[in-house]
Amino acid sequence: MPPKGRIEVNENRCKGCELCTDACPQDVISMAAERLNTKGYHPAELIEAGCTGCGICAIVCPEAAITVYREVSQRAASAEA
Amino acid sequence: MDTAQHELEQVVYQRPESLMEVDTHYCPGCTHGVAHRLVAEVLDEMQVRQRTIGVASVGCSVFAYNYFNTDFVQAPHGRAPAMATGIKRCLPDRIVFTYQGDGDMASIGMGEVVAAAARGENITVVFINNANYGMTGGQMAPTTLPGQKTTSSPNGRDVETQGFPMQAAELLATLEGTSYSVRRSLHDPKNVRMAKKALRTAFEVQARGMGFSIVELLSVCPTNWGMTPLQSLKWLEEAMIPFYPIGDYKVNPALAGLRF
Amino acid sequence: MAKEMMKGNTAIAEAAIRAGLDAYFGYPITPQTELLEWMSVRMPELGRAFVQAESELGAINMVYGAACTGKRVMTSSSSPGISLMMEGLSYIAGTEVPMVLVNVMRGGPGLGNIAPAQADYNQIVHGGGHGDMHPIVLAPASVQEAIDLTVLAFDLAEKYRAIVVVLIDGSLGQMMEPGELPPMAPLKTAIPDWAVRGGDDGKRRTLSSIYLNPPDEEVTNLRLERRWQEVQANEVRYKEYYLEDARYVVTGFGSAGRIALSAVRAARAEGIPVGLLRPISLNPFPRQVIADLSERVEGFLVTEMNAGQMLDDVMAAVAGRKPVEFYGRMGGVVPFPDEILGEIKRMVNGQVPMSGHPRDRWLERMPRAN
Repeated sequence: MPPKGRIEVNENRCKGCELCTDACPQDVISMAAERLNTKGYHPAELIEAGCTGCGICAIVCPEAAITVYREVSQRAASAEA
Repeated sequence: MDTAQHELEQVVYQRPESLMEVDTHYCPGCTHGVAHRLVAEVLDEMQVRQRTIGVASVGCSVFAYNYFNTDFVQAPHGRAPAMATGIKRCLPDRIVFTYQGDGDMASIGMGEVVAAAARGENITVVFINNANYGMTGGQMAPTTLPGQKTTSSPNGRDVETQGFPMQAAELLATLEGTSYSVRRSLHDPKNVRMAKKALRTAFEVQARGMGFSIVELLSVCPTNWGMTPLQSLKWLEEAMIPFYPIGDYKVNPALAGLRF
Repeated sequence: MAKEMMKGNTAIAEAAIRAGLDAYFGYPITPQTELLEWMSVRMPELGRAFVQAESELGAINMVYGAACTGKRVMTSSSSPGISLMMEGLSYIAGTEVPMVLVNVMRGGPGLGNIAPAQADYNQIVHGGGHGDMHPIVLAPASVQEAIDLTVLAFDLAEKYRAIVVVLIDGSLGQMMEPGELPPMAPLKTAIPDWAVRGGDDGKRRTLSSIYLNPPDEEVTNLRLERRWQEVQANEVRYKEYYLEDARYVVTGFGSAGRIALSAVRAARAEGIPVGLLRPISLNPFPRQVIADLSERVEGFLVTEMNAGQMLDDVMAAVAGRKPVEFYGRMGGVVPFPDEILGEIKRMVNGQVPMSGHPRDRWLERMPRAN
């Protein structure tokens, strides 16, 4: 099973350039069509399950607006502890 | 064990500490932001944020001093390597870098950067090549490609009358004082990763007192190119890279054994 | 310390070193080069920073960077090189970081020649780059005074976070005469709070001359102007010779002032009641002293090695109360005391008109070769 992840977008920092939506290998990022941020852009958001926490969106983001998390498997976590 | 906020979740990527918590003035999709972030990540990883002094230039990156969470000064157009020299000679144990665009470094400031490299000045230059003058509205730069239309070469750069573009990484690699001169690109995730590795190497060259280091970063300027951010990445890849090949133009052999 | 024979340029260099100079950046240009050469030997042997820059542009911007670290820094050049430094000087003034500049003036405009001249007065005193800015300008007339004013220059630069220019001409730079150097001062260890250092104390500092928002720039302009008022109130320097009972005043700075002193002494020997006022701080200019003199004397003779640049400041101070005459030599030509004596006698014996401009009358008297 692929690892599970999620992203948090600092929405007000996003300028809607769409570099992350294009780079995402899982195609799970999109621009929020129904809302605007304080700058007047449609911010990027995670639209569905499938994020693996690979971090590629953050690597291309010019605003450093994305924080990426990845779940640690139960076994790995207990092994580490 | 670092499990961040969630019990069973780790942070894969977060905003580097060496960036200020502020919005930049850069246009949407401008890769200045990516270059800033990569430099900041390298400063974080090397744990040198609190002994780094940056030198901002004139052009779109004139406000770099507002974006990096380090000490910063702001140089006259093209003179950043001279200013960095003055700082480094007075504070040789600090990390000193310049952040310059193509108009700044490869046109008005070519004298300063060549002289700094020839002296083997122990500074790092982050050089952004986006093939035009961004801040003044997209005029022809020394890096503008043959045939490329800009607001001051409206019919396309004619090499007969407007000369040929400047290949800075190759040029600076010819100098004895240069320890590290490479070109990278910011147009896709793989290349961004390579760019970061090059920046890390450049700063490590300085930290080891090995002399002048420069990383040329091919960058986009969607606004002045008249393209969407995604189109501009494609144009960079298809039009710029053939003229500005990604590569290592000079790597001091002493770097071979280093791991970081 | 005993007196020793020294060339002006090297005396200034060694005085700066003894005043605690941390870093020197320069570029060779005649008639200043001995200063750079002296630095190239002494600074490295003392473990201090020395760079022969690629140009005056490089040199002034190295100074700019070094000044941002709060260290004692200086550069030196001669007229054409100073022109190239104007951009950097303006940035340094706008960033409010201290530095010392030595200008060993030569004949111009253009490439001119390498002979002594004083034609950078306007460029330095009334200029120094774009924008509202005021460098402090000190003009010594002897090797000893050059040593003393160089030491003072660093203190003033730091006190007012300003540019201090030691303005001499090529003859003083090249002249050998006895002088006494100060003892070696220890290097400064305290870093001013504004100086960049890498944030090792947990504070983040930026230094720049950019204030994109006009009201912010105006606040800075006002701060600089008020600081300049303080300089004007405290730092006027000049030297008076035989002025107690003088009915006529000769005034000139640097070498021209020194030559004028010989002429004034000769005139005194002939019983002519003339004295000399030699401004030492050209900026701030001793205008109140001149204004006060204009209440009690009968006329002024301004003598310079240029076409009457300080003349304008003297005329502004005299404000039409008394006649002013001018005598200048240019292009690297140095006046003889006899020439100035002749001008003194002409002023004392003849009628100096209150109308017309002294520069026009001077040009009328000068030979026409073409």
